Amino acid sequence: MSGVLNPASIAAFTTSTDPGMAPVATPFFFYLLSGLAILGGFLVITRRNPVHCALALILTLIAIANLYLMLYAPFVAAVQIIVYAGGIMVLFLFVIMLVSVERASKDRRFNRVWPVGLAAACALMALFVSAFVKGRALFPDRMIAIPEGSNTQQVASMLYGEAGRIGQYTFAFEIASLLLLVAILGAVIMTKKKI
Amino acid sequence: MVPITTFHYLVVAAALFVLGVIGMLTRRNVVIMLMSIELILNAVNLNLVAFSRMWGRLDGQVFAIFIVVDAAAEAAVGLGILIAFFRNKETTNVDEIDLLKW
Repeated sequence: MSGVLNPASIAAFTTSTDPGMAPVATPFFFYLLSGLAILGGFLVITRRNPVHCALALILTLIAIANLYLMLYAPFVAAVQIIVYAGGIMVLFLFVIMLVSVERASKDRRFNRVWPVGLAAACALMALFVSAFVKGRALFPDRMIAIPEGSNTQQVASMLYGEAGRIGQYTFAFEIASLLLLVAILGAVIMTKKKI
Repeated sequence: MVPITTFHYLVVAAALFVLGVIGMLTRRNVVIMLMSIELILNAVNLNLVAFSRMWGRLDGQVFAIFIVVDAAAEAAVGLGILIAFFRNKETTNVDEIDLLKW
């Protein structure tokens, strides 16, 4: 079976292309960050006060951003913190301020048919577990070292293009900016009192 | 100690996905349902970045950036809908949004 844990593949994790930047204490940080992310996710779905849920989601987002850093993706980590935790969650908190009446904090948290939802989610988790158990051999244990010093430059050359050629995702980038324009227009028009 | 492989990240992403699905299906508050959707999108993002690391290519990271952009647009529009509806009915309970029921 490929991907057996041998010293060669273990060495592939613990070294990087830069000799001064080899990762240290990787399992400790992985378990700490993933524990924080899952704890935050659990708090999001169980807290009564929506502001507590928003704060727990911010904890999850920052933990996931640190997991991106461990995966040698510093640009995506920065985008996650700036856009997600710094933009989207602030938007959520503003809307919670606008729509939260005091009565909502004293209502029941879960709806009437919550056992059905829980059973469906348990079925989904069973599907994931069976897929992971059966497909364990599909994921090789090697990881190709990506130099992280030029990560932003490489992402930029995929998005914008380089040396006079169009990038691989330049068209998708322009469509994404069009999507944001449409979203801005929609949000502004929907919240006006008189259209 | 077992070194951390791609599989570990996939398990964390699957756990976050299931937590987001539970939140979507069981909570009554619309804002918390939207936050569960953000949890689901983050689980997918973690999956993509873990696979990007596994193959040594940056396509997964670029796709994750696009998903963050899309999540921002969808959160803005969804919250706009919520505010527009809240102006009519003064409730954030999703069970009471039933004007189109027969």
